[in-house]
Amino acid sequence: MNGKTASFAPAPAEPAFSLARQQQVVSALRALLPEHALLSNLEDTRPYECDGLAAYRQTPMVVALPENEQQVVAILKACRDLKAPIVPRGAGTGLSGGAMPIADGVVLSTAKFTRIVKLDPYARTAVVQPGVRNLAISEAAAAHDLYYAPDPSSQIACTIGGNVAENSGGVHCLKYGLTVHNVLRVRMVTIDGEVVELGNGALDAPGLDLLALFIGSEGMLGVVTEVTVKLIPKPQAARVIMASFDDVVKSGNAVANVIAAGIIPAGLEMMDRTSSRMVEPFVKAGYDIDAAAILLCESDGTSEEVEEEIGRMSAVLNASGATRIEVSTSEAERLRFWSGRKNAFPAAGRISPDYYCMDGTIPRKNLAQVLLGIEQMEGKYGLRCANVFHAGDGNLHPLILFDANLPGEFHRAEEFGAEILELCVAVGGTITGEHGVGIEKINSMCVQFSPLEREAFFNVKRAFDTAFLLNPDKAIPTLQRCAEYGKMHVQRGQLKFAELPRF
Amino acid sequence: MDAESFRQQAKAQILAAAAEHRPLEIRGGGSKRWYGQQVQGELLDTRGYGGVIDYEPTELVITARCGTPLAEIEALLAQHNQMLPFEPPHFGSAATLGGMVASGLSGPSRQAVGALRDFVLGAVLMDGKGDILHFGGQVMKNVAGYDVSRLLAGSLGTLGLILEVSLKVLPRPLATSSRRFAMGEAEAIRSLNQWGGLPLPVSASCWQDGVLTLRLSGAQAAVSAAEKNLGGEAVADADDFWHALREQTHAFFAPAAAHKPLWRLALPSTAAPLALPGATLIEWGGAQRWLFTGADAQAVRSAASAAGGHATLYRGGDKDAGVFHPLAPAVEQIHRRLKASFDPAAIFNIGRMYPGF
Repeated sequence: MNGKTASFAPAPAEPAFSLARQQQVVSALRALLPEHALLSNLEDTRPYECDGLAAYRQTPMVVALPENEQQVVAILKACRDLKAPIVPRGAGTGLSGGAMPIADGVVLSTAKFTRIVKLDPYARTAVVQPGVRNLAISEAAAAHDLYYAPDPSSQIACTIGGNVAENSGGVHCLKYGLTVHNVLRVRMVTIDGEVVELGNGALDAPGLDLLALFIGSEGMLGVVTEVTVKLIPKPQAARVIMASFDDVVKSGNAVANVIAAGIIPAGLEMMDRTSSRMVEPFVKAGYDIDAAAILLCESDGTSEEVEEEIGRMSAVLNASGATRIEVSTSEAERLRFWSGRKNAFPAAGRISPDYYCMDGTIPRKNLAQVLLGIEQMEGKYGLRCANVFHAGDGNLHPLILFDANLPGEFHRAEEFGAEILELCVAVGGTITGEHGVGIEKINSMCVQFSPLEREAFFNVKRAFDTAFLLNPDKAIPTLQRCAEYGKMHVQRGQLKFAELPRF
Repeated sequence: MDAESFRQQAKAQILAAAAEHRPLEIRGGGSKRWYGQQVQGELLDTRGYGGVIDYEPTELVITARCGTPLAEIEALLAQHNQMLPFEPPHFGSAATLGGMVASGLSGPSRQAVGALRDFVLGAVLMDGKGDILHFGGQVMKNVAGYDVSRLLAGSLGTLGLILEVSLKVLPRPLATSSRRFAMGEAEAIRSLNQWGGLPLPVSASCWQDGVLTLRLSGAQAAVSAAEKNLGGEAVADADDFWHALREQTHAFFAPAAAHKPLWRLALPSTAAPLALPGATLIEWGGAQRWLFTGADAQAVRSAASAAGGHATLYRGGDKDAGVFHPLAPAVEQIHRRLKASFDPAAIFNIGRMYPGF
């Protein structure tokens, strides 16, 4: 979650909301839905005003909670005819404001779609409705020693529909992949009310790979009504190594050396000293708070396999200059080693009134350069930053600490964040590895993509959403928006990466 | 020719063709030209645009130009004990990287590690207006913008000229062992699915003519434990066997058998043996089945659909009946709108996938 709730919501530009419009949309939807499935009183719609990115808020005009696919079809058709924008919503745990409502729009919640339709241990698949929680799938599959691999940190609450929208990952995705690698089929409804199947019961489908295109599309192409996921056998054993380094560059090199040795760890995480000092008093994981960086390196599989791999990993980490190495000897110890990393965000919330979590991905070889850049920005913006890193796949989560009650601090935090993302793009990376663009990083899209590329994205959207009504203000910035963003930056003499090559 | 000259020349060719609505055939080495429908059009040869742009083994990413020979890429990866994990078929020494991505075909390891599209991280596309567009990137996790680079995998050149591609690569497995079992088709399907639910390092499988061959890959301890657990007989020349399967030089695919068309059936792995006449070879734990059959195309497609999958007329046969499984109307509409946006003058590989597409 993105810090404590704060009162720094940017005011919506020109709310197109009017009571007359609300009444028009409500009466159209009332004919299609049971009374309790439609919310329009402020006290009922307020809980939907933001997702996990609490800094950005907007109360929706209407919230619809359909209970079956026919109702979804009817809502979409009605909204298309009324030209009312729709924001699909799962559990609302997203960190980029992808589910932030639109003032004159309808929030379409999948909260009532909570049924596991079919779990087939023999085929190792589960057919689930979009509102099923990520962890609930693995819990249901546990009786068959199977599980659903992607494990975003919010897995206890986040839903599979939201995972499909964001292409969610987790700490094990280096070895087990993202949502796109673990979903076989999506059933969704288009803005025209057509039910479309992408993928099927086989490993591929005829024609273009629309399933891959749809996953990670942030609710902008269609509304998911059913998902078929792949289940895989649970590893029999798992152990984690905790290694200390007296230098961040050495720990970065150690990660490269593990990979070069032909090992793909089940999890490979790094924390800098600011992060370990932030979490240790909170969780008492036994972290070496004098180390410049800590690596957590996990092996899973059969017990023989884990034994062999832990030995090889330890040898590489020692040869890479680790100053201290501990290997978990029990499941309780393994979980304790992980507890610090998994509590980094809450720990940030404990030592700072607010924090702002970034999500850039970089080629790992540039880690030292990026961390140094962030250190300099701490001075420039007068704010502290703790860095946790999915080191195996280059996904960096800088946590910018600030106090929203101090005038100008949130704004400085936002600018600090945007500059980190620009640095990520400049070193060959991307502005978001797993949290999505949403509303939060929409300006940074101007830095990563050219006008022609953004136009291509709009065309992709129109190929699915002909009426341009599904989450229309998210993820892809308009030309005008980018022009304003560029102007703002030139005025302040920032954004100096235009000359660098980009891929 | 240097890279910039090639891009300028390709752009000029595309703009000229677009102006006259004249079709182009985008082609690399032509090793998979038989796949899909035949295309009529002026040749846009990608072989002038070759070379690896970036490869750092510890980043697990390689970026190369479309005309780079596939063999060159695999040799480079092998030097660093890495590989393209999805074991793409080459179908001849002329195969290029661009052709590999455009055809989207994966080999025996697909059942364990994923398909080609799962390893595409980024792509540079020249569209129907000659504009160069970058999608995805060179990092493993990237959710900025729609995932157009994966859409290009298997697009058969219908959306534009794929100029450059970044792929995730993986280390070669530390240990590999292949085992052979005598069993019938139904029993093989049952065994493969049961084993799939256990933590076994199965990396490839092939059933044909009463024999199931299994490949185990991973840490030495895991492979040894699985060997003991599963039993079966050791396989001599296993590497040659899996290579022949990937390249379809295995005896099953020999020309003598090919007087009938070869169908590729993608099915749920658990699908019971289909009631279609002809010889069958099963891969991917039951999810990919090859069938030489004289059965009517409609009958093959109906059987595949009924089992929850789809059928492709892979080699031979009457292509007038369609090569790829027909699309549902709503899906077809999305296809046509995507095509119109990337290729507005309708010039790229027209008809290769579906009529007029």
